[in-house]
Amino acid sequence: MSMDWKTLAATLFPDGHTVVEQDDFLTGTAQLDGDAVTVIGTTGHAAIGVEIALLQAQAILATVRQHPQRSIVILIDTQGQRLRHRDEMLGINSYMAHLAKCIDLARRRRHKIVGLVYDQALSGGFITSGLMADGCYALPEATIRVMGLAAMARITKVPEARLTELAKSNPVFAPGAVNYLQMGGVEAIWQADLAQQLVQALHQSSPQDRRSAAGLQRGGRSLAWTVTQAVIDHAGPP
Amino acid sequence: MNSYLEANARERLAAVLDAGSFYEFLPPALKIVSPHLAQLDAPVSFDDGVAIGQGRLFGETVFVAAQEGGFMGGAVGEVHGAKLTGLLLRAVRERPFAVVLLLESGGVRLHEANAGLIAVSEVMRALLEVRAAGIPVIVLVGGSNGCFGGMGIVARCANAIAMSEEGRLAMSGPEVIETANGVEEFDSRDRALVWRTTGGKHRYLLGDCQVLVADDGAAFRQAAFGLAQECHADAGGIGLTLAALEAEQQLLQDRIDSFGDATDPLDIWTRIGVADAAGLPMLEADAFVAATAKLRLGA
Repeated sequence: MSMDWKTLAATLFPDGHTVVEQDDFLTGTAQLDGDAVTVIGTTGHAAIGVEIALLQAQAILATVRQHPQRSIVILIDTQGQRLRHRDEMLGINSYMAHLAKCIDLARRRRHKIVGLVYDQALSGGFITSGLMADGCYALPEATIRVMGLAAMARITKVPEARLTELAKSNPVFAPGAVNYLQMGGVEAIWQADLAQQLVQALHQSSPQDRRSAAGLQRGGRSLAWTVTQAVIDHAGPP
Repeated sequence: MNSYLEANARERLAAVLDAGSFYEFLPPALKIVSPHLAQLDAPVSFDDGVAIGQGRLFGETVFVAAQEGGFMGGAVGEVHGAKLTGLLLRAVRERPFAVVLLLESGGVRLHEANAGLIAVSEVMRALLEVRAAGIPVIVLVGGSNGCFGGMGIVARCANAIAMSEEGRLAMSGPEVIETANGVEEFDSRDRALVWRTTGGKHRYLLGDCQVLVADDGAAFRQAAFGLAQECHADAGGIGLTLAALEAEQQLLQDRIDSFGDATDPLDIWTRIGVADAAGLPMLEADAFVAATAKLRLGA
């Protein structure tokens, strides 16, 4: 049973917050460990269309403009990008890239950014939110995936039973926060004391992308770091 | 004319770079393949569907990557993504004149979906590191598989994009949208609608790509160099700035306000002042640019 956003916000921010929801978009500020933090996010398994991507970007730019170095917390519950002709016509990839760039700008201007998957995270809605944060965390009941094994079986023509069997030893196929943890995409899964975990996550956050090294260390993604390093170390032209 | 659309990844690199100047990092001879495909009985490729390296562009040293649409549609897996990330991080260290990415991809490779998704986000962050280092990143889109999914987002993280009208740049493929929401939402077999919605001409008119070229390797070569030069002429704008992102926020908001109720790209073209919107798809690249360069948005 996943946590609704109001319970989550109350749990994360016991010192108070002004987070409100409108059309699945979450925004507000909260008190955390004596400091104000900006909170943005989505709820209701939001489909990320052009409007909600732009609302999140706007909240980040306003924080960068008005509150230098204020930390940003991204609360994630999304079914992925909205699958509509209108969004494609308007160039939804540009809206999602814009959101990602705003998060990256905030990082470069020394805002700490933590993402938390509290319910669902899929595909395009995830790479431009949690996966752009300094560190992304998840609650134990969170679902993170590109697609389910049944759909993957149809596309790859590999029987679902075989995928299920393979998924036991390889985190690369199957949905689940633990698989993303092993691969380095999720930094940790928070079991309890959420407010304290968030404070600690912000303290530990780093602008360096350390996910491929974490994937190697945790055994879930052995080649990402190795190949990246091999490219960097490859002999230059004679 | 030397069709970019019909060329493979290495042929495109040969057409875009100075003759004989491409030097490959992790070439196929090293056989660095996906660790996930064999257990799914899927074929592997010795370059995992992307060629990376360095070369010269009108004499300037550039770092390049070209995705191979012929292998799994250019989809991004663990190794493929790591090669792109490694190239970008190496660029930060060695500081070439520019990084030129020849993108052709359906997005994340579903056979290794979780690794591919994380990999695309690593590519995005590494690309923005390159820009922050003052090195322009130029994207070329003109392959038959288009540039979709996470790579459609990566493309729009770059400084500039050059497309051919045959190129397509979007997020979700028409088939995916049709499967999710029905043929009345998006008829993926209506090729004219697909091209109007995702093709180079529409992206050029909206301001999502900066240059529209004919389907010709030499035209892409010229565009890549021209765009890199333009970036260097305004070096303070190569990395992300608050002012530039605030301007982009406004541009994207204006787009929703102005065209959010449109049902077909033809409506948008008419509203921005194109006299004969229905005739636009028929125009050759040069004639199209001549007719629309002053009308396009975001210029």
